[in-house]
Amino acid sequence: MRTYYDLSDPDRSEVASQVAVLRGRVAQRLARVRHVVAVASGKGGVGKSYVATALAFGLQSRGARVGLLDADLGGPTVARLSNLDRPPLVIVDQAVAPAITPDGVRVFSAEFLAAPGEPVRWRAPQGDEFVWRGSLEAGLLREMLADVAWGELDLLLIDLPPGAGRLADVHDLVAEIEVLAVTIPSAESFDAVQRALTLARERGMRLLGVIENMVGHSCPACGHGAELFPGDAGQQIAEAFDLGLLARLPMAPQQPALDELAAAVARPLGLP
Amino acid sequence: MKFLCVECDRQMAFEERGLPGDGTLAVAFRCPSCKRAVAMLANPYETQLVSSLGVKIGGSSIEASEPMPLAGEFLEAAPPGTSSPTWDEAALERLHRVPGFVRGMVKRIYADYARERGIEVVTTAVMDRARTELGLEGM
Repeated sequence: MRTYYDLSDPDRSEVASQVAVLRGRVAQRLARVRHVVAVASGKGGVGKSYVATALAFGLQSRGARVGLLDADLGGPTVARLSNLDRPPLVIVDQAVAPAITPDGVRVFSAEFLAAPGEPVRWRAPQGDEFVWRGSLEAGLLREMLADVAWGELDLLLIDLPPGAGRLADVHDLVAEIEVLAVTIPSAESFDAVQRALTLARERGMRLLGVIENMVGHSCPACGHGAELFPGDAGQQIAEAFDLGLLARLPMAPQQPALDELAAAVARPLGLP
Repeated sequence: MKFLCVECDRQMAFEERGLPGDGTLAVAFRCPSCKRAVAMLANPYETQLVSSLGVKIGGSSIEASEPMPLAGEFLEAAPPGTSSPTWDEAALERLHRVPGFVRGMVKRIYADYARERGIEVVTTAVMDRARTELGLEGM
């Protein structure tokens, strides 16, 4: 019996070419975005969303045009961190308009597509969700990149969920993706972030540097400082991957520390 | 996916696609030589798996008229175990004028409104009442 490629008539479904068209839309939408940077970590609870939001506001205040995409479909928090109320969703130029903060940061989150206080729900056959959930989530990520009116940006920051899987999805869609790693000082965080960065490097993504978060806490009354987690994962990751340790942020950092964070990330990106 | 008529050794031609609304898919092909037809019947999981790629099964083009079609089609399922009211034709027609990417969410707001009040059929009158009571002008 003959096989698929033996038959010369066209495949009417053309699934592969349709997928290529959809990917092309991402490239078209992001053609006016200078840098797409994933804020990633193999570990949850290290403050990726906080760092991504702080960076977006910090770089915007330095004169860059910044977008911020919350790609954590399971626990989106960027809208609240950005002090954004749920915006009315409107279509402009065949795309959904992002929310824009008073500072000018363009923000989009899956939270905008869910009912208030409720998780993202899918209209799909219930049971055995593992069959389709992954491709639907990747598809929604693609649409948030391709069908949001990001406009002309110096930088689009993507706040990723924990783990390496979504990072691979983003890289499938945006080949020129750059990665900022966020860790806390602990040894277990080192292990998890190392795994994610190994995947990123194997796939050819450009690694920008490491940000170590929650390195300590100072008492606002007496000024006494104490570490929150034992370890120096930030330094270890930087050495293991030959990267710069761009910033070490204390718990609840003050504005000068956030300004230093923005300046440290602006340098490797060539931003103001 | 292609279908081969083994007896004629000819590729079968697409003839018809059916989406009956129960999550399944039916696609018919016919052999251009012997005219024999076959139908591929996909269960909801198989249909969902391919649809979740954002492609059109059995089709050959992707319409670019509306952003976020996947989100519009698949987001905002009713919570498992809850019964949904039915919609009359005029209400559905009005609902379909809502942009696709928020249509699911808007539908759910009206459905919740109806469910909480014991309304079994959503009509345009029910939608008007909900808009007034819930402050949903524009939906």
